[in-house]
Amino acid sequence: MQSQTIAAEKLSPAAPPADAAIAIDDVTLRFVTPDGHMMTAIRDFTMTVARGEFACVVGPTGCGKSTTLNLVTGLLRPTTGNVRVMGNPVTDISRDIGFVFQADALFPWRSVIDNVAAGPLFRGTPKKEAYEKARDWIGRVGLSRFEKHYPHQLSGGMRKRAALAQTFINQPKILLMDEPFSALDMQTRTAMQDELLDLWSGLKSSVVFVTHDLEEAVALADKVYVLTAGPGTVKSVYRIDLPRPRVMSDIRYDPKFIEIAKVIWNDLREEVQLGQSRGLQASH
Amino acid sequence: MTAISPTDHAAARATSIVAAEAQARARLRKRHALVIGLRLAILVVFLGLWELCADYNIIDPFFFSSPSGIWEQIWSWITEGTSQGPLWLQIYVTLEETFLGFAIGAVGGIVAGIILGRNKLLADVFSIYIKIANSVPRVVLGSVFIIALGLGMASKVALAVVMVFFVVFANAFQGVREADRAMIANAQILGASPFQITRSVIIPSAMSWILASLHVSFGFALVGAVVGEFLGAKQGMGLLISTAQGAFNANGVFAAMIILAVMALVVEFIITRFENYVVKWRPAPFNEQGA
Repeated sequence: MQSQTIAAEKLSPAAPPADAAIAIDDVTLRFVTPDGHMMTAIRDFTMTVARGEFACVVGPTGCGKSTTLNLVTGLLRPTTGNVRVMGNPVTDISRDIGFVFQADALFPWRSVIDNVAAGPLFRGTPKKEAYEKARDWIGRVGLSRFEKHYPHQLSGGMRKRAALAQTFINQPKILLMDEPFSALDMQTRTAMQDELLDLWSGLKSSVVFVTHDLEEAVALADKVYVLTAGPGTVKSVYRIDLPRPRVMSDIRYDPKFIEIAKVIWNDLREEVQLGQSRGLQASH
Repeated sequence: MTAISPTDHAAARATSIVAAEAQARARLRKRHALVIGLRLAILVVFLGLWELCADYNIIDPFFFSSPSGIWEQIWSWITEGTSQGPLWLQIYVTLEETFLGFAIGAVGGIVAGIILGRNKLLADVFSIYIKIANSVPRVVLGSVFIIALGLGMASKVALAVVMVFFVVFANAFQGVREADRAMIANAQILGASPFQITRSVIIPSAMSWILASLHVSFGFALVGAVVGEFLGAKQGMGLLISTAQGAFNANGVFAAMIILAVMALVVEFIITRFENYVVKWRPAPFNEQGA
């Protein structure tokens, strides 16, 4: 495939270098279901994210995309293989990590500013300083007028902005995102993607962004991991050489973008079909 | 492509909106007045029929009393006091027992619910004993408490406590278990310690469950206190009822019942106020919006 040399370079998965921000090395994760069966969530999984790199993970439903994130947080432990974050093996939830959830994880009983200030307060920052910081971050995501509002008084997009501020206020070196924008409408999603790239370029954290939306992945990422249908493993890795800064509303009409998306889609399609046919079998 | 802009009648539209709003408000006021009027009418008809039936001996006022008889009884209790002392003292004694029992039972239930809800091992070990204790008919315990703790306040408070504890415990436990996983994970990653998670995620999310149980369990606390007095006491509304019952004084039984109902309603109102204050972050239920 000649087109790969243009912008989407296919990489061969290699053992991670020692200075990587996130290094998942040949990990297999099995767990025992409540009725006593052994399930393999992911197998022989290798992934490296360099410092300041934006990596997206795409794959069919149920292939273990979210599992990879939980390996990095330490909420799940690998059965074999090892996971390192900033060079250290994962033992506990690292203070360097920020996580944006798919569902609404804001605390509904706290106003926007109390939600955003939660991270610093949990970590022992004095109250005054925490609220000053919170006010600053609320301003950056454009919610200054809604400081005192409760989450249920905000729109879906505004809640996502608040969630981003809540995560970014801790200035995480590692940012994990689990389909964060999948519940938003198209226009809001595009705006949020721009917002995310803007915040990210200021912080230079290393990102793992899980999504089922290939175009979102290509538009955002430096590197796209395509997973196989479950139990998931890395099928192929692509480097996306689209220039930054990128503007989400324009990039989807860029011929180069379309070309890359097509190449990766060819790769992803059979896995999606496989995943779907399995899903149908399982439901019958 | 041609952009089509709607023709504009801004001024006319504005006046018609104002008129429509005024109409809607008038309709709401009228409906509100209708509801209140019908409620009053039902009360008047009910009390009137009762009084008439008693006057014409269709029902025997000796057994079923009559509104005027009940009112006379309440009035004489207020002005002359009851056989066991002033009415206010009886109300005060019963309320004190109820509140003490309610407070101890509720706090105990909440604390136990949160501890067991957060600790799987403790929950698995103790759940069987809680089930057993819960299946004992609690009013029977009243006799045990009277024997053990005497005729004073302690036995009534103890009965109110056991009435309240299990209800609040069950709800607090369930509330803790239902706390959103993503929210807990979020707090954990934001840097919260287990204690901080309990305080700022678990307890607030269990709060609506706990508050719901407080509504019900205040009624139970009152039942506990009154039944305790019934079984043996020196003061209180329960004793007043049991004395009236012993003297075949139907007026007295009904009068005490109405006083207890008013007490329960007043406290219920206060709890609702408190609840609205505590969970002001919650969206208003649909039927209350705009009211």
